[in-house]
Amino acid sequence: MSFLLLVPILAPLAAAALAAVLGWRPLTSSVTVLAALLVLITGAILGFNVRSGVRFGTWNLFRADALSITMLIVIGTVGTLATWASIGYIDAELAHGHTDARGANLYGALVPVFLAAMASAVLANNIGVMWVAIEATTVATAFLVGHRRTRAALEATWKYVVICSVGIALAFLGTVLLYFASLHAGASSGDALNIDVLLAHASRLDPAVTRLAAGLLLLGYGAKAGLVPFHTWLADAHSQAPAPVSALMSGVLLSVAFYALLRVKSVVDLAVGTGFMRTGLIILGLLTLLIAASLLVVQTDFKRMLAYSSMENMGLVAVAAAAGTKLAIAALLLHVLAHGIAKTLVFLGSGQLQAAHDSTRISDVTGVLARSRMVGVTFLVGLAILLGLPPFAMFASELSISRALAAAHLGWVLGAALLLVVIAFAALVRNGSRMLLGPPEPGSPAIAVPRSVAAALVTGVILSLVLGLTVGPLLELFQTAATLLGGNR
Amino acid sequence: MTQATYNGVLNLAAGAFLLAAVLIVWRRELRSIVVLLAWQGLALAAIPLTEGIYHNDAALIIVGVVVLLLRAVVLPLLLVRAVGTEAHERRESTPLVNTTTSLLITAALTVLAYAVTRPIIALDPSPATRAVPAAFAVILIAVFVMVSRRRALSQAVGFMMLDNGIAATAFLITAGVPLIVELGASLDVMFAVLVLGLLTGHMRRTFGGTDLDLLRELRG
Repeated sequence: MSFLLLVPILAPLAAAALAAVLGWRPLTSSVTVLAALLVLITGAILGFNVRSGVRFGTWNLFRADALSITMLIVIGTVGTLATWASIGYIDAELAHGHTDARGANLYGALVPVFLAAMASAVLANNIGVMWVAIEATTVATAFLVGHRRTRAALEATWKYVVICSVGIALAFLGTVLLYFASLHAGASSGDALNIDVLLAHASRLDPAVTRLAAGLLLLGYGAKAGLVPFHTWLADAHSQAPAPVSALMSGVLLSVAFYALLRVKSVVDLAVGTGFMRTGLIILGLLTLLIAASLLVVQTDFKRMLAYSSMENMGLVAVAAAAGTKLAIAALLLHVLAHGIAKTLVFLGSGQLQAAHDSTRISDVTGVLARSRMVGVTFLVGLAILLGLPPFAMFASELSISRALAAAHLGWVLGAALLLVVIAFAALVRNGSRMLLGPPEPGSPAIAVPRSVAAALVTGVILSLVLGLTVGPLLELFQTAATLLGGNR
Repeated sequence: MTQATYNGVLNLAAGAFLLAAVLIVWRRELRSIVVLLAWQGLALAAIPLTEGIYHNDAALIIVGVVVLLLRAVVLPLLLVRAVGTEAHERRESTPLVNTTTSLLITAALTVLAYAVTRPIIALDPSPATRAVPAAFAVILIAVFVMVSRRRALSQAVGFMMLDNGIAATAFLITAGVPLIVELGASLDVMFAVLVLGLLTGHMRRTFGGTDLDLLRELRG
């Protein structure tokens, strides 16, 4: 079984190597979709075998438990949809001259590397290796954000690389301090950063050093997860990246960074009590919600609107993690999966809208439902999920997060979060209806939808409906993961 | 190597490491800033080399040599190539904070570093750990350089200084992180600096300069 852990890393790397050698062509882009699908299938196989909380390990370097498997499933699902849509998206970009053969080749090679880095991050046993993998995602996505090579794209890339690298460097300092504390708690130098070893020694970690480390890790991985104060890169990068990459960044990369925080939290909670990380996550989560909600209200650009909606959701996830109960963590994981699929739908749709109008201004786009049923309906479904409307899964996850917060005696946090979510809700409804409903302005361009983008959109809608009706076997996986993280209250 | 020599060399390296950071704050010529960064890389490499020789640890000596090559030679060379050729591109533009104030802030940050690192020294009061405030001071100064400078290259230098500070902390308090993490982290830093260097070139071609004030299209 344990060799399976290498598949989610090696399959995308092989696809990347093939794309680097052969360039962008139907074969290489299809192999990338296949690799992403393999990540999902591996996650599913491991998931069916992990019910009793079994862990798998390979060379002491990789490990998989219910939490990493959940993340693999998220990466695989969004990865498959996004790489599938990439085929049509890049071909259209080539046809319109927005990119050249070199740009397409680079895109084809970097996207699977990005997937492999994310899979390594969630499978790493050593939190130092996890850090290396998460920083690797920054390097891999730098030129994906700058894909269009315009002034705005270059500006977004610079801000993205600088802010994320600084943020993540702080997380490395935190990792070094945790290593120091772990060595002094009696761990041996080779495996002092392994998750199991850290958990086993957690009660003996020096509290003062651990608090310093935890603060740095919270800020550092928070930067990559789109939490304040290093959130400023997010809207720029998400709005400038090609649509499938925006979907991957918003739908998975943010939650992979948050996964790192969850891992750290389980160790820190044991070492210094739950209060420290709880306070930190509540402050960062509520501030992130506040900034996201205020900027959503004044937003005039639809891709930036979607980016701030991602920030809003990460803020909510941070607040849920602060509650930290079994219900809260299980709901958080469902939220992450549902958000990933929803963001794929809306970002892919927004990519086609941008291609049609050559603009991302909300006021330039009218009557989408009447002009293109495919983009209109799928965008509407995506928005409905993000708004937390039934029958979709985010209705259940947001309800469960609220219940968990109330049960954890965090009533005031729940109140503040709900108020901000309602503000964001109103802003999304206003902007969404302006774009989708009503008659189209005369002379609006036709919205073309390449076949592979349409296929990914339809699959995403079906998945969302299924996930909304039944969580099925995933529920047990989420609950096992929640128990692992100490959420057994 | 005797205990006294070991302490002396370690303190000298940590002192030179901090001094290089202060000089980087003081200088405006981009090329000399990169040269100072190379010297800082040398001081950084001296830490694992000294510890490796003192503790007879071959792995640590190898890590020290790799650090020397990467941080004192390869990365500074990558950055020198990104310095522009035109006269106005070779100097930092009028700074947001003037030199005297910058140096005073640097002093204040160094004091702050001593305060922040007290729990670390309390846990393990060895000679190497006692030098860790110098490494933390470099981290804080690096962040200050990144927010107060206006050239793309100065920000890249600030980023490298930040990484140097973190690497020095790791060498001083734990004799380095596990090898696989060290290698991975070095590779990541190298790629990040490479990307920043390439972006500086793109920026010069697209904007006709590398003043970060030119980056003001994306708002809200």
